[in-house]
Amino acid sequence: MRGELVVEVRGLSIALGDQPVLRGVDLAVERGTRLALVGPNGAGKSTLLRALAGLIRPGAGEVLVAGCTLKSDPWHVRRSIGFVGHQAMLHPDLTARENLAVFARLYGLDRFEERVEQGLRQFGLVGRADSRASTFSRGMLQRLALARALLHDPALLLLDEAETGLDLRAHEWLLAAFGERGGPRTVVLASHDLAFVREGADDVVFLRSGRVVDRVRTADLGPDALRERYADALATPPAARPGRAVGLAD
Amino acid sequence: MSRANGRSPFFRTVNTLVWRDLLSEYRSREILGGGIVFALLTLVVFNFAIDLRLESAEEVAPGILWIGFAFAGMLAFGRSFAAERERGTLDGLLLAPIDRGAIYLARAITNAILMCIVELVSLPVFVALYNVRAAWGELLLTTALGTIGFTSAGTLVAAIAANTRAREIMLPVLLLPLTVPVLIASVKATAVALGAQSVEPLPWLQLLLAFDVIMVATSFLVFEYILDE
Repeated sequence: MRGELVVEVRGLSIALGDQPVLRGVDLAVERGTRLALVGPNGAGKSTLLRALAGLIRPGAGEVLVAGCTLKSDPWHVRRSIGFVGHQAMLHPDLTARENLAVFARLYGLDRFEERVEQGLRQFGLVGRADSRASTFSRGMLQRLALARALLHDPALLLLDEAETGLDLRAHEWLLAAFGERGGPRTVVLASHDLAFVREGADDVVFLRSGRVVDRVRTADLGPDALRERYADALATPPAARPGRAVGLAD
Repeated sequence: MSRANGRSPFFRTVNTLVWRDLLSEYRSREILGGGIVFALLTLVVFNFAIDLRLESAEEVAPGILWIGFAFAGMLAFGRSFAAERERGTLDGLLLAPIDRGAIYLARAITNAILMCIVELVSLPVFVALYNVRAAWGELLLTTALGTIGFTSAGTLVAAIAANTRAREIMLPVLLLPLTVPVLIASVKATAVALGAQSVEPLPWLQLLLAFDVIMVATSFLVFEYILDE
């Protein structure tokens, strides 16, 4: 039985210049699911996440977030999404607290000072709250980026290799931010770290050359099996798996 | 929560972004330092290069002044969206539930404030170096109107140029033809403020005002499409 879908992607194709990056991707993600996108470099993981975030316009197909497209209700879609990409999206000359305050105000949050302090606490940044972002290490910037993305309590969290550079504690904070399995927060993440994927994701979607080639449940696979499935999916040409279900796992 | 249809309040967004950009500029002095130095250098170099006799100074000097302002402004515009793209902060803004027009307006206001600071530093130096007598009220009015027009166009073109690879070239190539009316009108009205008798001031001030209104309104309306592309 299908639950409420937070993400629905139908026939999504995107080309960057004359290079096709996504080719007819279909994807459905239920509320509370943590879905990992896995695939080699250039498979289209980041482009798919950016399309979900509304940062890239689809060439063909449709992206629905929380039942709406960016065209039909842009404000609802944007308010539903928290996104951490390859860049922290933070102002280097502002302090951590000021950066979060800017975003809290842009999202029109009430009692934004409280939310900012909560975000700083959540990712262990209270001690460096008044330091400029330009003085932060890669891992600390990533923590601040995560605090930024979660500030407005988004229903859908999109993470593009967000675990990169995080220490062990920050790694735990990140997993804690996913919320309870089956809870109100849905997570779609892209990663090359299969251990992190196994720990954090319920479902894994394998992408290759802009196509979804497989979808599995992590609970059904041991660590070695996941690795083998990954290698197998990457080695098999997409055309060899035409009948594979790419929507929700059964 | 004070928002309509999930959209963040417009003026709160503009205030927040202007505050962010001015605070960032205050700390980095990335744009202002270069702009002031550039404008002053232009005034000094032309002062040596051109022989301004007393009877022709008020006719020729305004052109030199606006060359300095225009190029200092282009330095600021060029950095504004390019830096946002390089840092990824523009994506952060695009993700937020804010009106794209607010992003334009905030950036245009910030650019105008920075240009005004450059002008306030340059104008006394200009008056002293070129030995002209200025009617300060008229001069400041002309400068303000010219700055609004030039900044509103410059901010829009900077957003377009930031999407291209050759943005440093694209900005002046697109901006200067677009702002020919505002630059000519500013030079002529400045000449009047410096005491030139051969120019009628009112038509130039009317042209400046009309350009400002049209450019701000048009840029505000089309900015969303430029960002989306």
